[in-house]
Amino acid sequence: MGFLSQFRQLINISRSHTIARRYLVVNGFDGALTTLGLLIGFYFNNVTDLKVSITACLGAAIALGMSGFSSAYVSEAAERRQEYEKLQDAMVTDMSGSTHEKARRWVPLIIAAVNGLSPMLISLIIIVPLWLTQNGYPIPLGAIETAIGLAFGIIFLLGVFLSNVSGRFWLISGLQTLAIALLTSFFIYLVV
Amino acid sequence: MILTKRLVLDILKPHHPDILEFARTIAARGAGYQVKIKVLEIDENTETLEVIIEGNNIEFELITSSIKEMGASLHSIDGVDVVNISDTESAIRD
Repeated sequence: MGFLSQFRQLINISRSHTIARRYLVVNGFDGALTTLGLLIGFYFNNVTDLKVSITACLGAAIALGMSGFSSAYVSEAAERRQEYEKLQDAMVTDMSGSTHEKARRWVPLIIAAVNGLSPMLISLIIIVPLWLTQNGYPIPLGAIETAIGLAFGIIFLLGVFLSNVSGRFWLISGLQTLAIALLTSFFIYLVV
Repeated sequence: MILTKRLVLDILKPHHPDILEFARTIAARGAGYQVKIKVLEIDENTETLEVIIEGNNIEFELITSSIKEMGASLHSIDGVDVVNISDTESAIRD
């Protein structure tokens, strides 16, 4: 059996695709909003040193990634172990070597990777304009401003992605997440 | 040459994979395999099935390994159809 079909079987048997999708959005949203918060802070404080901005965002991205990975792994591993033991008791047989046993070992890692990588990758994408400017590719609208725009765009797209799940109209869903981002920016503006 | 044409198995399996996926996985083990499943009993975590497999030459070991891989366990073999074909017929088949 190929790697992909085995992967699909593990996800199907453990019914993990909905959990992974939920984590992808929830933690992706965390990553986008955290990076947006940092960028708004830099913008209102006129932080012009891009190295400082990049390092701060990178630090936040790594921390979000590690936090997402470890928290999801610990909780999912405990859940899966309990589920597997319950199933094994019901089956009154040794299930080692079965797809269920493989799922117990691998699914927590897969879900943890989704939970860790989604905020990290989204944060890294948002700070691309800062990197480009620092490496000699200036952006006409300004690096921080473009990165803020990118963050709003990604947050809107996460809302659109959620509309696929809930079956709601994509624009309403996108505008809803965008409104949360705007509200967050307003709160940050009030404190900086 | 002895060929197994039909097996009737009593199997206990978890709810996942469902019986459609279960039947497909067994059928995928050999060309021409026909799999019929009847759910006899459903519990909180498990279900008991009567699985009938028909084919020209059923490989029992492949079937049992598939069953184990899907987390199920074979309780009993409740029926078999086996034929002994002549050497000439066997050569033609080969």
